[in-house]
Amino acid sequence: MGGSASQLPRDLLGEYQELTFLTKQEIVLAHKRFSELLSKEERESILQKRVPKSKILTLPELRANPFQDRICRVFSTSEDEDGSMSFEDFLDMLSVFSDSATSEIKSHYAFRIFDFDDDGTLDRKDLEKLVNCLTGEGDETRLSESEMDQLIENILEESDIDKDGTINLSEFQHVISRSPDFASSFKIVL
Amino acid sequence: MFSFITLPSTISQYGVLNSSYVKVSPKGIEPQCTIYTISGTKGLVYFYTYIIDLLSGTGFLEMTSLFYGYYRIDMVHFNAIKYNLPLAYLLTTLVYLSLSLIWIVKRSVEGFKQSFVREEDPFQSYCNKIFAGWDFCITDLNASRLKHSSLKYELKTDLEEERLRQKKARRTTEEKLRIYCLRIFLNIFVLALLSGCFYSIYKATVYSQENISNVISKMTFEGNLFVQYLPSIVITLANFIAPLFFSYIIRFEEYSPAFEIRLTLMRCVFVRLANIGVLLFSLGNRIVCANEKCKACGYNYELYPCWESRVGQEMYKLMIFDFIIIFAVAVFVDFPRKLLVTYCSYKPIQWCGLQKFQIPENVLEIVYGQTICWIGTFYSPLLPAIATVKYFIVFYIKKISLMHTCRPSKKSVRASSSNFFFLAVLLIGLILAFIPLGLSMTRIRSSKACGPFVNFNRSWDVVPHTVEGFPGALQKVLNGIASEAFAVPFFVVICLIMFYFIALAGAHKRVVDQLREQLVMESRDKQFLIRKLTEAQKRS
Repeated sequence: MGGSASQLPRDLLGEYQELTFLTKQEIVLAHKRFSELLSKEERESILQKRVPKSKILTLPELRANPFQDRICRVFSTSEDEDGSMSFEDFLDMLSVFSDSATSEIKSHYAFRIFDFDDDGTLDRKDLEKLVNCLTGEGDETRLSESEMDQLIENILEESDIDKDGTINLSEFQHVISRSPDFASSFKIVL
Repeated sequence: MFSFITLPSTISQYGVLNSSYVKVSPKGIEPQCTIYTISGTKGLVYFYTYIIDLLSGTGFLEMTSLFYGYYRIDMVHFNAIKYNLPLAYLLTTLVYLSLSLIWIVKRSVEGFKQSFVREEDPFQSYCNKIFAGWDFCITDLNASRLKHSSLKYELKTDLEEERLRQKKARRTTEEKLRIYCLRIFLNIFVLALLSGCFYSIYKATVYSQENISNVISKMTFEGNLFVQYLPSIVITLANFIAPLFFSYIIRFEEYSPAFEIRLTLMRCVFVRLANIGVLLFSLGNRIVCANEKCKACGYNYELYPCWESRVGQEMYKLMIFDFIIIFAVAVFVDFPRKLLVTYCSYKPIQWCGLQKFQIPENVLEIVYGQTICWIGTFYSPLLPAIATVKYFIVFYIKKISLMHTCRPSKKSVRASSSNFFFLAVLLIGLILAFIPLGLSMTRIRSSKACGPFVNFNRSWDVVPHTVEGFPGALQKVLNGIASEAFAVPFFVVICLIMFYFIALAGAHKRVVDQLREQLVMESRDKQFLIRKLTEAQKRS
């Protein structure tokens, strides 16, 4: 592994392991992958640097994901709101998407990712954007207007318990808890 | 099969391990029943007859351990142990089929539980698809494009199904009448087609059997092969035409899409398995007859001195032909199609497109092959080994063909729910295999000229014969179990247990429904209380 400056100090490794759901090997691997995104000179001060969104999106795990923009936005702690991520943001993201993360954490972050307008609820416009992300970009891959309306009506019927036309966090978590595929699909492994 | 039957026979024949065998000596049987000559092995034999023999199991293959006729041994002695071969033959077949049955039932119960629970939750299907539909592990752009289109297709089919359901509920009586009449008419059409298939298979089998008995050297190589394989050819043609026809008419019957797929599959399965049934029936008809030709030995001994081997040969031919067809289709249809589509931009060919890998059709092919293997096991003990090798090769052929020539089908068949369906079809095939076996073991007289059951009237008789050799107490117990006094109460008890479990399942379902209602009720209570709270706050 080489005793170069590109290795994580051990106390920091232990700290990260306690704060996230990741194991030591996963953190070391994340460190390696993150440092590959930086240029050679920047690797010295890896913990202070922020990687711009465009570089993050070159990662193979994210480049095919239709929610890539939302993921960067949600996990980025940058004040400029440009979606750039520091190493700790990166670890945060991997921790939520890891195998050992609890279903509550995952559903919490899934809610934030799907909330396209960041207003704390999933209303019709959010759901419409969500479905369009799922079916693919491009005009011929979208559902027709009537199909979209029918679909959104069905989703709201199934998940909107208080019938206010939007899905709030607890309703979302309730629906996710009964969904059999969520745990296996909401997962990113490096 | 191999270890219990073939191995002892071959070991004792070659005197390995100090073993000896006692050959079956026919006692008190009419002499004409025991004449059994295999044509075509004497004198100058042309080279191509070897190929014919290899492909159809006649000639030099007929007297090998491949077929029933080889096992004329009654008892094998290994030092001090006596090994009763006829009993072993019978029991091994039954145990093999029962083990397959138990294994299939076990696998399908797991699938059944899953599909039962899944169907119980129409409450959830849309949310599950939307919120958990995207697999975040996808890293390849092609794969993600595929996932997008399959998600879109799934959503579209679900929405369409819902629209059809609503339309169905809104149908007027007049429309209902029209649709039912149309369905009845189309079903009659289907039945007519099926009877046409069955009749042609029957005729083909009869013709083929009659002409096999002719002197083989009279015919040319191709003519001979054609006659031998005629039933297989007709069956394969029927298996190919019928599904095309079914998928065409299903459009007019206006069922929901999921039910359409299931119904077409069921019809295809029925055609395939019934074809085998008709073949066996026509063979059976010729083997057993009511006139004086058969009186002496109980079966048609002139034409079929060793009828079990003949049935084994037919199954062997079916299996070989199936394998040849799969191989030929892969090499002569799929690859040229791929070449044509890639290099020739002629419009109709481009419109045809690449082959789509259809999972249901391929599974049906496997089920068909496996049913042949099960039916033929009793008459041809090495058939399971041949089937294993065949499937091994077919797997790699299909894999290569899939990787290189097919494009992915847009219709994604949900694996878990169809799992149960395919296992159910396999189970039907197994039950179909039990029927001819049971009939031939208990009704038809076993051949007197070959095989281990020469001294018994029927193959099953070896079991009572062995039981008689047991000590008295064990005999009484076994007799008691087999008698009606035991079987009827046992059956009644099993029915009671089954009803209990059905009632239990119904009760669980009702509990689940009640809990769901409670959940909705709770949220309404919460809403009500929050409204009351806000009102109270406003007033104060």
